[in-house]
Amino acid sequence: MNRLDLTRTRWTNFLIRNRWPQFLIRAITLAGFIFTILAGLFGSVVGSHNFAIIFVWIAWWTALKLFFIPFGGRSWCSICPIPMPGEWIQNGGILQPRGKNFGLGKRWPKFLRGRWLQAGGFLMVGLFGAVTLTSPSVTSIVLLFILVLALVLSLVFERRSFCNYLCPIGGFTGLYAQAAPIEVRVKNPEVCSAHAQKSCYEACPWGVYPLAMKSSANCGLCMECVRVCPSNNLAVNLRPWGSDLGPETKHTLDEAFLGLVMVSSALIDSAIFLGPWGQLKLAAYAVGSRAWFLFAGLFLLIALAIIPGIYTFAVWISKKLGNQDVSLKKSLAHQSQVLVPLGLMAWIAFTISFALAKFSYVLPVISDPLGWGWNLLGAVAKPWVGQSTSFSLLLQIIVLAIGLFWSSRVAFKITRSRKQALPMIAFSVFTTIGMLWLLIG
Amino acid sequence: MQEPLITYDNLKHQSPINNWRLIVFFLLGALLILFLPIPLVTPTPTDRVIHIDATSFQFTPGVIRVNPGDRVTIELVSKDVVHGLSIDGYDFQLTSDPGQPATGTFVAAKTGMFRFRCSVACGNLHPFMIGKLQVGPNWLLIRGVLLGILAVVAAGLSLRKSAKTKSGNIL
Repeated sequence: MNRLDLTRTRWTNFLIRNRWPQFLIRAITLAGFIFTILAGLFGSVVGSHNFAIIFVWIAWWTALKLFFIPFGGRSWCSICPIPMPGEWIQNGGILQPRGKNFGLGKRWPKFLRGRWLQAGGFLMVGLFGAVTLTSPSVTSIVLLFILVLALVLSLVFERRSFCNYLCPIGGFTGLYAQAAPIEVRVKNPEVCSAHAQKSCYEACPWGVYPLAMKSSANCGLCMECVRVCPSNNLAVNLRPWGSDLGPETKHTLDEAFLGLVMVSSALIDSAIFLGPWGQLKLAAYAVGSRAWFLFAGLFLLIALAIIPGIYTFAVWISKKLGNQDVSLKKSLAHQSQVLVPLGLMAWIAFTISFALAKFSYVLPVISDPLGWGWNLLGAVAKPWVGQSTSFSLLLQIIVLAIGLFWSSRVAFKITRSRKQALPMIAFSVFTTIGMLWLLIG
Repeated sequence: MQEPLITYDNLKHQSPINNWRLIVFFLLGALLILFLPIPLVTPTPTDRVIHIDATSFQFTPGVIRVNPGDRVTIELVSKDVVHGLSIDGYDFQLTSDPGQPATGTFVAAKTGMFRFRCSVACGNLHPFMIGKLQVGPNWLLIRGVLLGILAVVAAGLSLRKSAKTKSGNIL
């Protein structure tokens, strides 16, 4: 077995089973979240001098893509503050496991299930990104809206319905968690089959039954199942990267759609934020103007028609080369696994240019979080302008090449023959060259 | 003749790559692609004067191309608020007040693509007010494409296929 079970080591087992360490981290993130909202609403209107912009879009967004997801999958979800207030009310306490307490506890409507709404949410982030990423008050209003929405939904619907079906970041982390080196899995399936109470499923705020779990996409790593299992039959494994991607895992069309939205967004965001096209930036920023509607139309055309169209064409050719009686819909879902490493590495490459050059802003805003002229840590100085160094350009090339290697490997793994993998590899090459041109060209 | 088919069990046994010679070969190939010096035949350096207009939040022109060794004089004119211009990788910076040209000269000694940015906070999109300076051919982009080709070949060779046929969930 190429797995390392963290529950077998005493101190990691303590950290996993005890609710206090996780609660303390979540309490800090909740306090930080509320402070961020206040900073955005009442602090400086200049984004580079406001804690809300620098911490959300430079520090957190970078940490999510460079650290949390590649090394911990949905580990951010396990400490995310957004569902906390609603969950406390649902559970009737702060450190309680899930129970039947306050709230209507309705099931999420069947027709709204899947990743569709999360993908839609991510498209919204892209459409309004130039404003959200640069305006502290807009960032705060969005965060406040999300907090209230998650709270209201947890009063109406059961478990973490907001996280499961609406949160765009949940969609982002869930999709790429399939590539991450951590998983919660059952140790011995027979023990679970014989256990009638299913206490793990009852306790899971995500509505996941560990025995049936084949992918980490829907597991928020909250560790509640590990804590309540009476037979100590759940493992938290370190595993090889990309373990959920292979010929035997099940994938759905909504995952394919989400994966395509993510890849398209990485390409479009690279063009807007890192490209030399001022008119494009202005159009993306001028929400409501004619230029913005043109931008929105182009954005949606690329994300909903051009990239999915090329992908569908590649899958169709691959299906033809396979000479098999499998529906196109099934093939679109199955081959979407290629999009996971491809998109993840494209986002990492984008982040290297986008955020690392701006990291010099982090210390000054800690020293003066509201931009009111404080200097709490003595770190307020004129921030370095920020540059892409030759090292960061080289790093981007290496990251994109790893993404292409990884997605090509997945394409070879999930198809029956080499020639059947070629169209998907061609799609990966097309995307990678697009990213290379936007970032390096 | 039936196409040799892949089996999941077989793949699992071969992943991760267990052929160290192959790994070393591809790593050396990657290093060569990334760092092999390329002799450049460059045109005789000349003096160039480039006029750049800066408005919120764009430089016009957004892309400038020069040859290695050129002596480049940039005349920056801000059209609305105070803007600056600094070039990544070069020790070069200008600041222009509205309507007041600022001029500076540098020698384009480094080849490749370099972003230039506004260096004076000028509004919400200031961090993304970016242009590109292209000095000579963009070898880094070419190296990136070659590394991508190597990555695809490496992926193909890292999974050797079995000739066995097995039904499964492979579509």
